[in-house]
Amino acid sequence: MLRILALISLFWTVALVPAMAQETVDDARAATGGAQTLEDILRRQEGLKIDDSFRSDLTGDPNAAAVPSDQLGTLGGASDPDLWRGLRYNAADVSTQQRGPAATTLIQDGGMWWLSFRRGALLSFGAYLLGGTLLALGLFYLVRGRIRIDGEKTGRSITRFKAFERFGHWLLATSFLILGATGLITLFGRKFLIPVFGPESFSTIAVGSKWVHNNVSWAFIVALVIIFVVWVVHNIPDRTDLRWLAKAGGLFGGEHPPAKKFNAGQKLIFWSVIILGGSIAASGLSLLFPFEFNLFGHTFSTLNSWGVPGWFGADDLPYPLQPQEEMQYAQLWHAIVSFVLLAIIFAHIYLGSVGMEGAFDAMGKGEVEEQWAREHHSIWAEETLGAKQSKEGGA
Amino acid sequence: MKAFLLSVLALVVISVGANQILVRMEGAGAIGSTTSVNVRVD
Repeated sequence: MLRILALISLFWTVALVPAMAQETVDDARAATGGAQTLEDILRRQEGLKIDDSFRSDLTGDPNAAAVPSDQLGTLGGASDPDLWRGLRYNAADVSTQQRGPAATTLIQDGGMWWLSFRRGALLSFGAYLLGGTLLALGLFYLVRGRIRIDGEKTGRSITRFKAFERFGHWLLATSFLILGATGLITLFGRKFLIPVFGPESFSTIAVGSKWVHNNVSWAFIVALVIIFVVWVVHNIPDRTDLRWLAKAGGLFGGEHPPAKKFNAGQKLIFWSVIILGGSIAASGLSLLFPFEFNLFGHTFSTLNSWGVPGWFGADDLPYPLQPQEEMQYAQLWHAIVSFVLLAIIFAHIYLGSVGMEGAFDAMGKGEVEEQWAREHHSIWAEETLGAKQSKEGGA
Repeated sequence: MKAFLLSVLALVVISVGANQILVRMEGAGAIGSTTSVNVRVD
């Protein structure tokens, strides 16, 4: 008897409770006159998805309109709110004289997510990453100090970089730093510079930054091509890199692992600059010519077809994207990758200047102390000095 | 130092040159505006 009662109660729980829950939702919806419920509001505040079909489906149906002769009858099938909902959910038939790709998207919901991310999480991420990198470099300097040339200096120097290599490097460096500074002004200006300079002065700064950012970008792209062509041969990974990495480049021990023209650390910097810099340039071009290059829609579609979001337990990435969404994703990608590359370049600047004795000469004068070369790039130094001696001997 | 100064000069030349080319292409209608999306309501 008890078993029968238990079965009945189980059936009650499994079969009837969900139905009651549905009725509760429907009741709540009915209680708000078909508008959003308290549960919808709470879910949205938690950043969860809500089923907004109660709103998105309500875009005006002439057949569903009450007949004018009825009580509370209407003069048409669509009200102003229906029209706005139709615009919001892309259900309205919009025609414009403007023939741009985004001309018919008059309301774009996704823009709110982008806006709040752009002025919230993105700024925090960038500030923590760049600030954390500078702090870590400062601490490293305090702990490790300047990396000195260990052996006796010879007083002789060898050519490390030719004039054209240094030209390409400095063109890339100056353009990247200008782009970084103007990019940070654009991104952080509203929050940090307007309170200091006021809206009028900041407007001038922002317009100037934008002009400089848009146009210096071409010099960055040219320099990126130059350094790729000039240095790619020397940056192909090989076995010496594994040994160099295993000893962390001799950073913490006294021993200097052998290295060719570029050690593994420099190769990592090189490929970071090429790959991340190339990605920044691509997303920058997408932003410079709005709606012409759509980078994200196809990428998202491909990733979805491979099931990549599912690997991380996430829903499919949004596809298709509205034209404005393409621009929003391009802007976020441009900023995030730039932050990462800036952090890497901070470390590069540190090691190439105050962090290591003799390192700046390589790019400053193009000549380095022979002992420095033997310690940090022993294989390259032997080859270069050997070639120099045999040339002198031959002469 | 010479390489650095040359790179700064090149940066200015490339930036201003690119800007002039884009402005002329934009004026000729070969490309859309690089500075804004034109919206007109008639």
